[in-house]
Amino acid sequence: MTIQDFRNILPLLIIAAASVLLLVLIAARRNHRLACWLAGLALAGAFATSLFPSGTMPQAVGGLLAIDGFSLFYSALLSAAGLVVVLLSYPYLQPLREQMEEYYVLILLAVLGAVILAASRHFASFFLGLELLSASLYALIGYLVKSRDRSVEAGVKYLILAAASAAFLLFGMALVYFETGVLGFSDIGVHLAQAGALSPLAIAGFGLIIVGIGFKLALVPFHMWAADVYEGAPAPVSALVATVSKGGVVALLLRFYNEAGGYQFPSLTLLFALFAAASMLGGNLLALLQDNVKRILAYSSIAHLGYLAVAFLAGGKMGAGAATFYLVAYFVTILGAFGIVAHLSSGEEEAERVSDYRALFWRRPWAAAAFTAMLLSLAGIPLTAGFMGKFYIAAAGVEGGLWALLFILVASSVIGLYYYLRIVVAMFSQAEEQKPVKLRLFSGAGLILALLVVALVWLGISPQAMMGWINQWVAG
Amino acid sequence: MILVWFLAILIGGGLLAWVASRWNRELPRWIALAASSANLILLLAFAASAPAGEAGKPGLWLAEFNTPWIPSFGVHFHLAIDGLSLLLLGLTFFVGALAALVSWTQIREQVGFYYFNLLWILAGITGVFMALDLFLFYFFWEVMLVPMYFLIGIWGHENRVYAAFKFFLFTQASGLLMFLAILALYFIHGQNTGSYTFDYSELLGTELSGTAATWLMLGFLAAFLVKLPAVPFHSWLPDAHTQAPTAGSVVLAGLLLKTGAYGILRFAIPLFPEAARQFAPVAMALGAISIIYGAKLAFAQNNLKRLVAYTSVSHMGFVLLGAFAFNVIAYQGVVMQLLAHGISTSALFIITGYIQERLHTRDISQMGGLWKAMPGMGAVALLFAMASLGLPGLGNFVAEFLALLGAWQAAPLWAAVAALGLIFSSAYALWMVQRALHGPPPEKATLPRLNVREWLVMGSMVGLIFWLGLYPGPILNSADGPIRTILAPASTETGPPEMDEEQGLLLPEHENTTKTTKLD
Repeated sequence: MTIQDFRNILPLLIIAAASVLLLVLIAARRNHRLACWLAGLALAGAFATSLFPSGTMPQAVGGLLAIDGFSLFYSALLSAAGLVVVLLSYPYLQPLREQMEEYYVLILLAVLGAVILAASRHFASFFLGLELLSASLYALIGYLVKSRDRSVEAGVKYLILAAASAAFLLFGMALVYFETGVLGFSDIGVHLAQAGALSPLAIAGFGLIIVGIGFKLALVPFHMWAADVYEGAPAPVSALVATVSKGGVVALLLRFYNEAGGYQFPSLTLLFALFAAASMLGGNLLALLQDNVKRILAYSSIAHLGYLAVAFLAGGKMGAGAATFYLVAYFVTILGAFGIVAHLSSGEEEAERVSDYRALFWRRPWAAAAFTAMLLSLAGIPLTAGFMGKFYIAAAGVEGGLWALLFILVASSVIGLYYYLRIVVAMFSQAEEQKPVKLRLFSGAGLILALLVVALVWLGISPQAMMGWINQWVAG
Repeated sequence: MILVWFLAILIGGGLLAWVASRWNRELPRWIALAASSANLILLLAFAASAPAGEAGKPGLWLAEFNTPWIPSFGVHFHLAIDGLSLLLLGLTFFVGALAALVSWTQIREQVGFYYFNLLWILAGITGVFMALDLFLFYFFWEVMLVPMYFLIGIWGHENRVYAAFKFFLFTQASGLLMFLAILALYFIHGQNTGSYTFDYSELLGTELSGTAATWLMLGFLAAFLVKLPAVPFHSWLPDAHTQAPTAGSVVLAGLLLKTGAYGILRFAIPLFPEAARQFAPVAMALGAISIIYGAKLAFAQNNLKRLVAYTSVSHMGFVLLGAFAFNVIAYQGVVMQLLAHGISTSALFIITGYIQERLHTRDISQMGGLWKAMPGMGAVALLFAMASLGLPGLGNFVAEFLALLGAWQAAPLWAAVAALGLIFSSAYALWMVQRALHGPPPEKATLPRLNVREWLVMGSMVGLIFWLGLYPGPILNSADGPIRTILAPASTETGPPEMDEEQGLLLPEHENTTKTTKLD
């Protein structure tokens, strides 16, 4: 490792160092505010060093990591999402009587794992990053032991299923290694290109790896954990699972598939197309049956990953750009949605039933307006980021000629509208008894939510800047 | 630039109305009225300042605004209007001002948010009538949905949530199909020519294979036929109209349905002239069936609003019939019908609203004797019922006569079937007058008469419907050029012969015009 290498992986180093520092600090003195500040600063630092890299790009670091525009863009995105989660967590956790400081260590480690995934170009770093992410999430999901009984159940459920999926993944990697004799993504690509067709063992290996990734992304039929985990976890952690965890895996998938040359093999593409179709339809249909906002958001996020898979399948330069843009829009939206849920909840009692949102517009007009904007964005209505994201995906899909998937996308979007509008209707319905309007002073979480709404509208009205950056960093 | 002002005034007015409701509950309605009226005055001033006869020339934009929006996809913020858009914008702002006046005392809750939604619907509709970039068009097409959904879902009648859902799902699903068609057209054009753009004038004349053109046209028509609405895609309309507050019904019937017709005229037919020609028999049949079926169902309704809603289905059938007849006379009829129906049906909805405010019912069987109780309103109601059945001297007569005349040239059979619809419409209109206005007076013998504000609304509408019926010349002149432009690629055989000559004479002339683009 040279000095140059260290400069390249500065975002990773900052997050890692901050987590160790925070642990030491906790040993000396517990202070919730300080822990939050430190975690926030570290993530802000990682965000800044990703956007303004000091090293030269692109650069391979020790065969395991690739620091290029792609990984830096994702690293910035993931750090920013982590920062938002940290800022949403503080007011949520503050009233609880628990030991809060380790929570921030775990968030830092989860973001670190996701950033490693986005930068990895080797099975070893892939698995390391994934496990770092998963292990932190087990603890985070079950973190509020005293206040929420369902947390532990959700954490154990996630632990078992994630461990099983990791086993699938490892076995798949082993099969691919057996077949090719290499572990680096690009080496695998070279090997497969020479071999021409996929042997049955290699197909099995890739299939198992896709299963492992499918678990992480909660694609149907590997989605069973999602709703329970989202419901059981504290709202900010649900946001983390929905964004950072999935974002890191999407980044890895894009790079792995590109470098290993997955697009050449129709059998793999077909497999993914089936998962995408099942996720779009399954996610939206199952969401119809739910009465819990967090579960609705869980199924909605399953469906959104299905949409994203359409862009991914379209491939090419436009496909990667569309997938990344959609992910940015999805991050903003889902962070905002869970942010509202967290904002209206405390750790002990979460505002999670649709009936909790009845007449919200008359009680808390700003929160209701922000939540409406988020839900309309999830539904893909103009003036919001979700609309532009869906436009980008549809454009990529039409260019790639994926008509069947596009019609499923249209049909399932319409189904999806129904449950988004249900929440909106509940918020705008008349209150039976007029509760006194509770005036809230300007709070930090309110500021974050306002910024997310601004970002949402900005991406929806003037997406050119973001599209330009994505083209320059990710696709370029 | 004036085009941007139209949008900015409505959007800004909407935001201002919302904010202003915090200070004063009466301010939002004044803001809504002022914004619509300001646009109407701007538009009239613009129309008056345009050189005489300019509006009537084919292939010319009267005003244009074009700036890049999303360059990486070739999306432009491209607005332009011709004589056709000018007429529809006039209708939009006029009906918009009426909608604000009608809601004056009816809306008591969340007035700020209400007028915000009203103005944003108007902004969406205004955008649809001006957009010349297909992406922008779709954008505005969707923008008007959400506020309309809120308008029905929050301030509507007892079954409002169901109606709002149905409206939203129908229009959104069909809109997405159109969106896919737009994207496909974009890529086909890009692959053919190397320039990826959503610009209308560039996409015109894209070379398409027969099947591709048919599928893409069906994608566009899905959205437009649902909005129009044509049988069998109409089932959202009776619910939405019936449950919406009065202003919501007025905007729906007066304006929203017109966007479907405008889409057919501006986009579906010029973009796919061959496919449209092949589809014409089906479309004309659907139009004729809509006329008869809508009229028949209107006859069977007991709910006054539902009755008027079904008459809309019937009247808009003439639009579909005329639009696919491909000749100038039929198109003149279509444009007249858009305006006449916009005014006469809005008036009927407003009258229903007046009755509802006084009797608290929309059930015709509970009415009767209204003429005695409110003679002024009774006379106006009779007048618009007569307009609806196509009495000569009123706007609808001119419209339906021209549409039938044009349709006869193209398809005598469907014109004959459609003409039967006029008999049905006489039946429902007279039946409605008989049951609601005549007979024994209601229990409360005296009802409050119409006040000044209500008379202002009614008076202006009466004046307009007479104007359309007695002196339609200026309207026909203004629409003439755009109609010929639309027909230029679509009709080579059936149009009257003099049209082609004029086309030949006029086309070279505007190759010299630099400030405005031409359509060809």
